[in-house]
Amino acid sequence: MEENHILIAMVEDRPGVLQRIAGLFRKRNFNIDSITVGHSEKPGISRITLTVTGDLVILEQVMKQLNKIVEVLKVIELYKDNSVLRELALIKIKIENEANRSEIVSYINIFRGRIIDVSNNLITVEITGDSSKVEAFINIVGSDKIKELARTGITAMGRGSSK
Amino acid sequence: MLMKGAEAIVKAMEREGVEVIFGIPGGASIPLYDAIYDCDIRHILTRHEQVAAHAADGYARASGKIGVCSATSGPGATNLVTGIANAYLDSVPIVAITGQVGRPFIGKDSFQEADTIGITMSVTKHNFQLMNVEEIPTVFKEAFTIAGTGRPGPVLIDIPKDIQEMKGDFDFNGKVKIEGYRPTLKGNLKQIKKASELLVNAKRPMIFLGGGTILSGATDEVRKFARILGAPVVTSLMGKGAFPENDPLSLGVIGMHGRKAANYAISEADVIIGIGTRFSDRSLMGGVGNITCFAPNTKIIHVDIDPAEIGKNVKVEVPIVGDAKFVLNNLINVLKIKAQKDNEWIRKVKKYRKEFAPNMDYDNLPLKPQRVIKEIMSILSKDDIVTTEVGQCQMWAEHFLTRSKPRTFITSGGLGTMGFGFPAAIGAKVAKPENNVIDIAGDGSFLMTCQDLDTVVKEDIPVVIAILDNRFLGMVRQWQELFYNKRYSSVNLGKVNFVKLAESFNAKGIKVTKPGEIAPAVKDAFKSGETTVIDIIVGNEDNIFPMVPPGNCLKDMMEG
Repeated sequence: MEENHILIAMVEDRPGVLQRIAGLFRKRNFNIDSITVGHSEKPGISRITLTVTGDLVILEQVMKQLNKIVEVLKVIELYKDNSVLRELALIKIKIENEANRSEIVSYINIFRGRIIDVSNNLITVEITGDSSKVEAFINIVGSDKIKELARTGITAMGRGSSK
Repeated sequence: MLMKGAEAIVKAMEREGVEVIFGIPGGASIPLYDAIYDCDIRHILTRHEQVAAHAADGYARASGKIGVCSATSGPGATNLVTGIANAYLDSVPIVAITGQVGRPFIGKDSFQEADTIGITMSVTKHNFQLMNVEEIPTVFKEAFTIAGTGRPGPVLIDIPKDIQEMKGDFDFNGKVKIEGYRPTLKGNLKQIKKASELLVNAKRPMIFLGGGTILSGATDEVRKFARILGAPVVTSLMGKGAFPENDPLSLGVIGMHGRKAANYAISEADVIIGIGTRFSDRSLMGGVGNITCFAPNTKIIHVDIDPAEIGKNVKVEVPIVGDAKFVLNNLINVLKIKAQKDNEWIRKVKKYRKEFAPNMDYDNLPLKPQRVIKEIMSILSKDDIVTTEVGQCQMWAEHFLTRSKPRTFITSGGLGTMGFGFPAAIGAKVAKPENNVIDIAGDGSFLMTCQDLDTVVKEDIPVVIAILDNRFLGMVRQWQELFYNKRYSSVNLGKVNFVKLAESFNAKGIKVTKPGEIAPAVKDAFKSGETTVIDIIVGNEDNIFPMVPPGNCLKDMMEG
């Protein structure tokens, strides 16, 4: 069954490591839905969060092939029910009139977004949450109203003492 | 230790026990070659970088050591790529060293600059760009470790010219620990016990060997295992020679052009233990991802050092990650079984072996390839090394030639690289100068790398090239005949005078047209100690059969 999976790869922070990972997905015909990279708690080690779509056979292959990359130190799968998932989106929304402005602002409040920039006919919002929350916000605003959208992709961590 | 980068590179290679480098110098590797001028490592100048890579590959396969090749930046490096990819797909340990433009010129589209690291990333086990001169000892140690251990493969080191030139203070005694690289050698004992239970209770067990058994040096263990289990043995193309093919338990190679007995028997097995094989599409044909097509009633035990190979192409009942030699030794200890020499399965398999023994006794003119292989085989001793080009000639050799020792059949299995056989023969002969080396070639394939006749003559590396000359790109022609209504699109070759070609390089050339001439020609060539091209004229539209057409299950073979 095709499903969305979240993988964490701990990698040595060396030139070309991202290219190795991206190249692997292309070469093996795996799909990356999103990828985020940043420093981890250890100096010199980066943490990559990947979301991939595929059945369990594909997932197993992705993990095994990732593990073969010399700079990859560890690959784990995170399960949604036992992890914290967050994505940040910056959304620039067109404002047509005053009524529309207050409608948008109320949505922003409901979704606990933050207005970070305002001009005559535009509002820029920051939304943080899991992907479904970001998507729900986009849907309610209406994609025709969105002038610009920047999503970071998911970053994730296991809850409590789980990995 | 204070010295130039280039000297440190040479020293690092000496410390790894490198005896020979195949390569071509160029602008970005002149400093390295200046250091090579003074060292004890033999450098063999090839006439094309692809040949250098294949020769390093052939050297590694024949000797079990790590092969080394070298090229300059840009075109030198890109010419190596085919050879590196070839070694990658067949898990051959080579280290490729490329020159690069000086660090200040990188990224500026400088003369002879190519992104060698980017280009070779997907065809190497790992690659390094040396940006700091003092890293030379560590990087070389890591490169040779990665290339030669676990599942072997090619590693490339890209070295900017200014790094080769500059002085540094080097520590050659530092320990190397590669954090993210820990191959699993010992198989899990629980899994090994599970496998042995499955094997003990099997009614129709089958051993399927891949090239990994040869790489791991497990051929003695394989023999012992087959004896204890009393099971028949088949191999992949890469596994040819891992088990003596003249043994009554051997059925030969399976796959697209495998032996009939092997293809039938594996389809009927109830337990298959695959060792050091990746269950490739050319071995399994329609059976990739479709167990009912591969072997409908089978359970599979898969032993491989690369966990990613397990479950990739077939569903596996008992996975065992580990080195073939370790795992087989454990398995032999755990197996409490007394082989039955004579049961229904063995009788059936032996019947297949006899009934489907290939016919090679053709007296036809023009010569039949089967007969040619038979005649060549009559001259070969068990230690002589056969390399092959790629295409029909390769499949004729796979199917009709039998080998009884590992590392005596060297062929481009995964990548199927035309032009491989002759350079591989060069490497094999350098590794094993006391053994005869013969390249079973096709005219099309040999024409892709034949310029290196100059190399073998100049360097005194006598090899024999036996060309099955059919004036066609035969394998493509065969497919066009069988599946494309005989529309022979771009497969015609000219009538090359290979005798003159050889002579123009100061090698020997001889043309053979009759059955009785083949064996004496090969024998004389071996005896002469000179590189000899034997141009054997065969029928131009002969086909290699049996053939499992694409998509078919192994048992559904096509015959001539």
